Amino acid sequence: MAAHTDYLLHLADNALILGQRNAEWCGHGPILEEDLALANNSLDLIGQARLLYQHVAALRKDGRTTEDHLAYFRDVPDFRNYTLLELPHSTALAPTSAGNRDYAVTIARNFLFSALMVLVWESLRASKDAQLAAIAAKSLKETQYHLRHARDWLLRLGDGTADSHARMQAAMDHLMPYTQEFWTSSEMETSAVEAGVGVDTNTLRAAWDEVIDDTLAQATLKRSTTDGYVSTGKLCVHSEHLGFVLAEMQSLARAHPEAVW
Amino acid sequence: MQAASLPDGPIEQKLPSDPHHAVWTLLESVADPEIPVVSLREMGILRAVREGADGLEVVITPTYSGCPAMSQMEDDVMAALAQAGVPARVVTLLAPAWSTDWMTPEARDKLRAYGIAPPQATSCASQGLNVVQFATKRVASYARPAVACPQCGSENTTETSHFGSTACKALYRCLNCMEPFDYFKPY
Repeated sequence: MAAHTDYLLHLADNALILGQRNAEWCGHGPILEEDLALANNSLDLIGQARLLYQHVAALRKDGRTTEDHLAYFRDVPDFRNYTLLELPHSTALAPTSAGNRDYAVTIARNFLFSALMVLVWESLRASKDAQLAAIAAKSLKETQYHLRHARDWLLRLGDGTADSHARMQAAMDHLMPYTQEFWTSSEMETSAVEAGVGVDTNTLRAAWDEVIDDTLAQATLKRSTTDGYVSTGKLCVHSEHLGFVLAEMQSLARAHPEAVW
Repeated sequence: MQAASLPDGPIEQKLPSDPHHAVWTLLESVADPEIPVVSLREMGILRAVREGADGLEVVITPTYSGCPAMSQMEDDVMAALAQAGVPARVVTLLAPAWSTDWMTPEARDKLRAYGIAPPQATSCASQGLNVVQFATKRVASYARPAVACPQCGSENTTETSHFGSTACKALYRCLNCMEPFDYFKPY
């Protein structure tokens, strides 16, 4: 059961943290249409996270766990999202928030993650966990649209001006190593796969590679190397950036616990 | 389990012979909070009225995972039932997943008259199933369909933005009459 709910939390935390990061563009988008696009994208992701958190709460049946408890009252070592999703929108290593946001990083991250999740949700429609299968069927439709949006911009920026091309390539070079975490094994994933609940991402790797290679070629970008440090966010060991994301996301709920609208 | 118990397709108006005809008729007055010209049944959101273990159940299904109008819809259904003195509870089921294919033909006409281009008949529900192997096809399935302008009917239109004023819409512009319009995205 713990591995089952941990797996659901991994999926939910991925959606919530990327939803929160994308929402940082709200009111600051490079153009009005992209402001709307990222806000809509976040709405879908946070909606997916809510469905998964509600499912975890229903499975635990401990009378304490609620979706709000899972989103707002857990700390960094409890979160199971990929490190890729918590990084700032910047290719520089140091900054933690606003400052020098680069839309190329936002697009690269959404592209790399959506390309994976289209495959994951497709597979999870056959999960033995019927509620997860139902959530997957809904999320797939939304994620396909996110992939289309990110891919369109990747092509436009990669095959655009010299400046947009260079920034898009830098963003890919910066983020690509973090995708190694998609393929590493973890106990919660292995158990979920054995139980027929989860999907082994390694079975999706060839299809993911094909989407990435095909798109990068069309965008006139080079595929970056993915060696070096392997991130461990899904094992609850995060970068220094997640704490800042949670601080902003959770402070209101923690200042006014049990508050209702 | 629950997946099999919900109808998969548009819900027709119920005949007087239906055991819950009165409830269906009552709920016909509950409109989509953001598109007030169509009822929840016409949108395919209202899925069933049935006898549950604890009495009458009204089953609805969410549209987009994060649609902020969902709780409003539930409240509106509860209010309509309470006002009519019908004791029932609202149940939200996810499967089968809502699809714009479930919109009734009347709903499509009403959307068009309201200024929103209705979704193309084939939703993206089938796209994930059809496309399995090739990367280009996986995303190329989003090749944009011709969307007719709800004002002048011209198919000479262009997409301004993938996303619009609500989660379910994209922004288009007619190159014939030059009017901008919302397109209800296939889901």
